[in-house]
Amino acid sequence: MYDGKPRKGQEPQPLVEVRGLKMYFPITSGLFRRKVGDVKAVDGLTFDILEGETLGLVGESGCGKSTAGRAILRLYDPTEGEVVIGGKDVAHAEGDALRRLRPAMQMVFQDPQASLNPRMTVADIIGEPLLEHTKMTSDERTARIYELMDAVGLNRVFANRYPHAFSGGQRQRIGIARALALNPKFIVCDEPIAALDVSIQAQVVNLLEELQDRLGLTYLFISHDLSMVRHIADRVAVMYLGRIVELADRDALFEQPLHPYTEALLSAIPEADPDEANRRTRILLKGDVPSPAHPPKGCNFCTRCPKVMDVCRNVKPDLFEVRPRHFVACHLYPPS
Amino acid sequence: MPEATLTKPMKIEKPRSQWRDVWIQFRKHKGAMVGMTVLTLLVLFVVIGPMVWHPPQMTTTQMLLSKNKPPSWTFPLGTDHLGRDFLTRLMMGGRVSIAVGFVAMMISLFVGTTIGTLAGFFPRLDGPLMRLTDLFLALPLLPLLLVLMMLFRDTLARAFGVEMGTFLLIVMAIGVTSWMQSARVVRGEVLALKEREFVLAARSIGTPSRRLILRHVLPNVISPVMVAATLNIADAIITESVLSFLGLGFPPDFPTWGRLLFDGLPYLQQFPERALWPGALMSLAVLSVN
Repeated sequence: MYDGKPRKGQEPQPLVEVRGLKMYFPITSGLFRRKVGDVKAVDGLTFDILEGETLGLVGESGCGKSTAGRAILRLYDPTEGEVVIGGKDVAHAEGDALRRLRPAMQMVFQDPQASLNPRMTVADIIGEPLLEHTKMTSDERTARIYELMDAVGLNRVFANRYPHAFSGGQRQRIGIARALALNPKFIVCDEPIAALDVSIQAQVVNLLEELQDRLGLTYLFISHDLSMVRHIADRVAVMYLGRIVELADRDALFEQPLHPYTEALLSAIPEADPDEANRRTRILLKGDVPSPAHPPKGCNFCTRCPKVMDVCRNVKPDLFEVRPRHFVACHLYPPS
Repeated sequence: MPEATLTKPMKIEKPRSQWRDVWIQFRKHKGAMVGMTVLTLLVLFVVIGPMVWHPPQMTTTQMLLSKNKPPSWTFPLGTDHLGRDFLTRLMMGGRVSIAVGFVAMMISLFVGTTIGTLAGFFPRLDGPLMRLTDLFLALPLLPLLLVLMMLFRDTLARAFGVEMGTFLLIVMAIGVTSWMQSARVVRGEVLALKEREFVLAARSIGTPSRRLILRHVLPNVISPVMVAATLNIADAIITESVLSFLGLGFPPDFPTWGRLLFDGLPYLQQFPERALWPGALMSLAVLSVN
């Protein structure tokens, strides 16, 4: 049984350990489909997620956030690297062994419309994981489905309806109920609120937080909405072009961003107070993100960095702990 | 008492099945109901008809005397050039034609859906299976059928009897040579569906490929497959009549709508209704299925 979030002072154990995760997609061309290169969607991620915490993963579109989330859950076969969830190696498990690991890790998808099979009723959708992994009788299953629907705030009357009859927020609740069905420890939320109205976003995020408190869940919360990440995450990792550039506790990151990219990203958050907004300077980045098929030789950010130095163009910086619990990959902060 | 109603455990209602919902929707659709009624009437006509309607038993002499009769009370649709009751022949012919249409459609649908799904779902099988489909598409249908008939007719006739053997052969031949369209349609649909998030979601649950296909992919390709299927029925009925016409289908004394149509052709000037009746029924059957 879970007993909620770990108490303060008690050292929480890492639930998810990701080591040097790489996910390359081959580019083929020509008549014989010869491999001519790789799209380096995820290029060497290393981080831990502690039990009961929420790690926010932010970055702009196309930086590999979703790919990272899917590779961690083995929806893609990673090119290289290790993923250990709850002490079990996920990256190299095969066949039945992998299938047995699945219940511990689940995913909530971005587009609630596309992630629900239009030909299945809500009860079938939520019941599918139960059907696959438990030997419940049909009555037990129905009872569990209703329990889950209650947990995510869906009326039981809806059990026989099809997904098209629901609003976006309700569909996302169905998706969350499905993810919860097998009592997972770890849930990857792949931009679960990006496709929803602002008013519904808050509801869904609050639901996720409430479930986390009650069930002791661990989240990897992928998003490009910085204010939402600030609201829900305990720690935040910033990604740029397949690599983590900064990883720190939420408050430290939002108060004192170290990496120039994080600074630029945070300066783009709209400020409600007009006086404050006038005082702030927005850091505008020039140019586009380089293609992940041909990343720069040095630091991935060197083509757009306002503080670029010579060393940046030649040497890729590694992620170092420059302050306690604050990791940065940047030559401005030499490892001490 | 609102609290009492809230705390009262809700009756656990079993989820409805999908087919019942399909049926309810079907009932609401007017065109579908008309088509279904016509089809049911046709099937009743050809299945029950011969049991109810008994043409008068006649000797050969009587038959020869009563050939080419116009419609009368004894022969509601008249007689053909050999003095046989046309209504009976129409009913018996309908049995064969409809059976050939449906069974051939089933076979081509089964083969087409299987190959299309496998090709779409497993990238490794895609190349070989689709080349196979192209190969079948490139084959000239009619000569192939003729060769098949020549090769296997006698063997099958010996094993199952003349009529059953020919039926099996025709149905198999038509089925095996008409699955390519549905295979292509299904493959395209499956390729698109495979990338949808709900398939990914099912995979993240740990659903094995077999059940992934059965539960998530196939129910979503049913509608295009149904369209292909209804067109196939029409094609099968027509192909069968072509074969009959070429003398390589069923034996000449064994009526099918196609055979009746072609038998009626030489008499089109004198007795146009003989070609009209089977033609009309054929069109009606195809139309109602669609």
